[in-house]
Formats: sequence, C-alpha cells, structure tokens
Amino acid sequence: MNFWNDPLHFLAEQLTAMLSRWGLPTAWITFIEFFLGAMALIVFAMALDIGLVWVERKVVARFQDRLGPNRLGPFGLFQPVADIIKMVIKEDITPATADKFLYNLAPVLAAVAVIALWAILPLASTIYGADLNVGLLYVIAAGALGTLAVLIAGWASRNKFALLGAFRMVASLISYEIPMVIVLLVPTLLAGTMSLRGIAEAQRSIWFALLSPLACLIFLISAIAELGRAPFDLHEAESEIVAGYHIEYSGMKFGWFYAAELLHAFTFGGLLAILFFGGYTGFFGLEKLPAFIWLDNPFVQAAVFLAKAMVGYWVIMWVKYSLPRVRIDHLLAFNWKFLTPLALVVLVSTAILHRALMEAPRWQYGMALWLANLVIAWITIEILRVQARRQRRHQRAASQRQQTAQEQTV
Amino acid sequence: MTAEQGLFLCAAAFTLASAVMVVSARRLIHAALWLIAVLSGVAILYALLQASFLVVVQVVIYIGAIAVLFIFAIMLTRRQTDHDAPSRWTRRAPAFLISLLTLGALSGIVLAFPEAGRLPPPMPPDLDAVNALGAALLSPTGAAAYAGVLFHESYVLPFEVASVLLLAALVGAIYLATTERRRRES
Amino acid sequence: MSIPLSWYLFLAAALFCTGLYGALSRRNAIAILLGVELMLNAVNVNLIAFWRYLDLRPNDPAPMNGQAFAVIVFAVAAAEVAVGLALILSVYRRRKTVAADEVNLLKW
Repeated sequence: MNFWNDPLHFLAEQLTAMLSRWGLPTAWITFIEFFLGAMALIVFAMALDIGLVWVERKVVARFQDRLGPNRLGPFGLFQPVADIIKMVIKEDITPATADKFLYNLAPVLAAVAVIALWAILPLASTIYGADLNVGLLYVIAAGALGTLAVLIAGWASRNKFALLGAFRMVASLISYEIPMVIVLLVPTLLAGTMSLRGIAEAQRSIWFALLSPLACLIFLISAIAELGRAPFDLHEAESEIVAGYHIEYSGMKFGWFYAAELLHAFTFGGLLAILFFGGYTGFFGLEKLPAFIWLDNPFVQAAVFLAKAMVGYWVIMWVKYSLPRVRIDHLLAFNWKFLTPLALVVLVSTAILHRALMEAPRWQYGMALWLANLVIAWITIEILRVQARRQRRHQRAASQRQQTAQEQTV
Repeated sequence: MTAEQGLFLCAAAFTLASAVMVVSARRLIHAALWLIAVLSGVAILYALLQASFLVVVQVVIYIGAIAVLFIFAIMLTRRQTDHDAPSRWTRRAPAFLISLLTLGALSGIVLAFPEAGRLPPPMPPDLDAVNALGAALLSPTGAAAYAGVLFHESYVLPFEVASVLLLAALVGAIYLATTERRRRES
Repeated sequence: MSIPLSWYLFLAAALFCTGLYGALSRRNAIAILLGVELMLNAVNVNLIAFWRYLDLRPNDPAPMNGQAFAVIVFAVAAAEVAVGLALILSVYRRRKTVAADEVNLLKW
C-alpha cells in the first residue's frame, strides 16, 4: 500500500512505527492515532465551513441579482475572515437570569451535533472516519443531539420569544424526522446495508436517485426542514419571531450557531450525494477501463464527493432563496398529511418490487422501480388536483352564500 | 487496573452521580437534563459491552425522543413558583429505607450468583449484530436465518405485540391530547 | 476484556434503586416518571450485560436473546412515557396540578 492508494492507513502505519520506536505502549499509540485522526477531520470540516460562508454570501447575492462581497481580496474571498474577526471581537452579552451552564452549552452542542456527522461520511473508498454498519441510524442520532441543543438554547435564554421559537423548531424537527427515517430505509433496502460506505459502493452501477426519485425528493424536503432553513424557517426568521431560539446569543456563541447551520447544510448536501447520487463513485464502470484506472484513486474520489456535496448544497440554497416561508401549521400539516403517507407508500412499493424482482435482470429491476415512482407521483398529483378542485368549489359556494346574505341585509 | 476497567469506572461513576442528581434536583428541568446525562452514560456502557446497535438506538429513542418529551411536559406544566417543594422527610425516609433494602437484596442475589465473577467470552469474529438481531426479531426461525443452523429462539410474536402496543400508545396519546380542545369547542 | 459480570450487575442494581427512590419519594408526577425511566434503563443494562457475558456461547453462531429482550423493553418504555406524559398533561389541564397526591378524588 502506498500513499496514493490508501492515504490514511499508510500514514497510520508510519506513525505507529515511529511511535513504537520511541517506546510508547500500544494503547497510547492507538489513542494518539485516533485523536489525531479526529482532530484532522474536525479541522477539515471547520476549514470547509469558513469557505462555505463565502459561498453562501456569493450565491445568495447572485440569486438576488447583485454582486455580493467583492471588496476584501479577489472575489471577496477574505470576507469570511472579516466575518469571523467581527464575531470574535463582539461583546459577549449573557442575560442576567440565564442559566449559565446551559446557556453556554447550547451552541457547543449544536456544533458538536454537526461535526459528529463528519465521522461517518466517506470521502473516498479509503478515506473515512469510521465505517459503522448502522451509519444511517447514527445520522438520526446526531439529528437528535441537534434537537436537544435547540431546546436547551431556547430554555436557557429565559426569553419568551426564544422559548416559543425553540418549541416550534423542535416540533418541526421531530415531525420531519419521521418521513426522513422512512425514506432513509429506501437506500438501505436497495443497498442491503445501513453503512454509508456500503451504500456508496452499491451505487457503482446505477444511482439510487434514478431508481427512486421520489425518495430523493422526500429526503431533500425533510432534510431542508431538519436544517431549519427556508422555506421551513419560521422559528428563526427575523420578521416572524425575532430570530427565535438564538435571540439572546451574541458574538462567538451566535457564530457557533451560524457556522453549525452552514456546515449542517453542506453535510446534508453530502448525505444526499452519498445516499442517492453515488457519493464518491459515479463513473458507471468507466474506472475499470485501463486508460481510466486513475479514476479509482481516493483523492479523485474525494474531489468527486466534495463536488457532488457542493451541488447538493447549492440545490438547498436554491430552494432557500427562491421560496417564501411556510406558516407553522401549514408546515406541520404538510408533514403529517402529505409527506409521511407518501414516504410510507414509496417505501412499501419499493420493498415489494425489490423483493419480487430480485432475480430479474438489472434493467427490468431498474425500469420497474422507476416506473413505480412515476405512477405514485402521478396518482399523488391527481389526488391533489381533485382535492384542490373540491376546495375551490367549497370556497366559491361559501363566498356566494356570503354575497347573498349581504344582499339580503342591504 | 486496565484501561477498560478505568473507562468502566468513569462511566459508571458518571451515570450513578447523574442518577442521584436526577432524583434529588430541586428544579424539575434540571432533573430532566441530568436524566439526559444518565442516558448518555448508559449509552457509553452499551458501547463497552460491544452492543453497537443499541448505542445508536439508545441515543435516538431515549435522548432524541423520550428526553425531549420529558422536557416538553415539564415546560408545559410549569407553575409560577418554578421550584418544586421537596417532599417532607416523612415521605423521603421510608423511600430511602426501601431502596436501601432493595439494594441489599439485589446485591445479595448477585453475590450468590455462581457465574458472577465470569469474564466476558470472546466475541465471535464475524457476528453482524444488526443482521442477527433483525433475523431474531423478524424471522420465524429466529437468528437461524442469519446463521444457517436449524432453529434459534424467534421473537416475532413479542415484536408484533410491541408494534401493536406502540400503535395503541400513539392512538391513546393523540386522543388524550386533543380531547380538551374538542370539549372546549363543543 | 477484564471486567467481571458482577460489576455490571452491581451498577444496574444501584441505578435501579436510585430510580426506585426517585419514584417513591417525589411528589411531582413527572419526577416519578423520571424515576421509572431510571429503573427501565437499569434493567436494560442488566439484559445487555447478560447477553454479552452468558449468551455468546462457543459454537453457537448467533444468539441474540438478550438484545431482542432489550429492544422490546425500549419499545415498551417509549410507549409508556408517551401515554404517561399525555395523561399527566390531561390531568394538569383539568386540575391545574401535577402533584401526585392531589389527584385523589377517587380515594375513600
């Protein structure tokens, strides 16, 4: 094994050899290696986060037909540095009656919940933190930690708006976990494993987004709701509830919330890429040809994965800056009355077809799954159309009754 | 004292200390947060016991759902004082005595258990715990579907009963939560 | 691989008795439920310890009895907390109290 094919194991072996030559016991060596690995991952994630601040501001500017930051450095590339300096030197105001320990814990917990996700993201077939065989459940668990962080932030601020915003956010977070968990079972089913690396490897022949586009769409929608981004950001919108649960946070503590949100969005873009768009694979067998053997290199794979994650992040930003906000009761109704039944139907149909066509040739399998998704989407749109027509008829009848009543009284 | 023993002692001390804080915290919201600490400590213990699937399930279900439910319930039933008066010692003393007696009885049972000093057997090298657990819970031949032997205990019936129980709890909780609004409207 | 089984059993017993003390000595109904949750967690630790130490016999490919037990206990605990808290909230709406000994209309 050399550095180019298996960078992490190569570096680990070199380090082990060096440390054991110095005479350290094995347990210490293992601990130091894991610690350094975790540190490297965290540094990479946070460096990415700084770049994401720039990306976000440029992209939102372009969506709004303006230029964005372009003063600091070429193309405004040093803007995040200025942002961070500003946040660090801001005055750190703590409310007098706030619960000090919890107040300070909440932003840390929010950031930890996001960085914990990077432990299982496979950047390449040999570059990953840990290959848990319950990787998808771990994703849900990290989301649960994020929910807790929101609740603690809202309560510890001793502010009614913060508490109300935290309640709404937690309500929407735990509601949208349901369709997300149901839809996460679809790649599990198609790949036969819950480990993220296994799911990425299983997509070497075909992307799951082609086998199950509805599942991809539902995952995108619930992911955007889990992130608390528009159009589902009623609980932190300035025009609605004055920034919700992080209303009392200033300076670097707010910086942690902000950084965690951006990194969370990028991480979910990465998850979308892994679960439905092939992750670090995606050349559809091209890499087996001798001319293209370099495509199987872990660094190329990592670049492919990061590019796909950036595209996913761009889609999430696109949705954020194009759609108006959804009201809280519409948000919850949309989840319970539309997304969850749809997710269940998609899961059951995929399961039945997967089991029935396990022996069939691959193209039949793929066509059947794709057609099933198309049929479900068509039926859903028909149902929605019938319902909308009925609603319009009711409204017209109600307004006509109102008009006749008014004419009678006049 | 090996590293594993030290880790176990730290986790156990953390869990027990947080449990004592749960039952003796003056403000209920602090008790709920100490409960989250207990649940995390128990998750660390599951990791020490190499039940990796259950670590994640513990975090998702207990910390992610049950603890959040508790915090919601505490916040929605807060009274103006925000301090719960501690129970009178006429209630605490008998409780303390009973729990002490129970601890004594349980310790006696553990000490009388002949296998109590046993060290853990080696883990089978290719055990896919999630797969085996799924087979045990869902297949009529139990974990045999995973392992290829003839028959293992199967837990399909308790699994289905648990699903029905969860459905009943779902319906019951929704009914209890919406009854008030319906009565107020009618 | 050096922790005897008895350590886990003693820990589970201590956790159980702490939960028992909490359930018996608190006035607030939600605090009683917190004690019950502690007891359920202690039971789970016990079950998983037994799975690790006694279930993994040699020559037996995949005995998952202890973990299956624990998963069922998880489901039951979740159901119980949901219904219990819904009941407590319902009682709070009617009687404006969460103290367990003030809900005593049916006492003789």
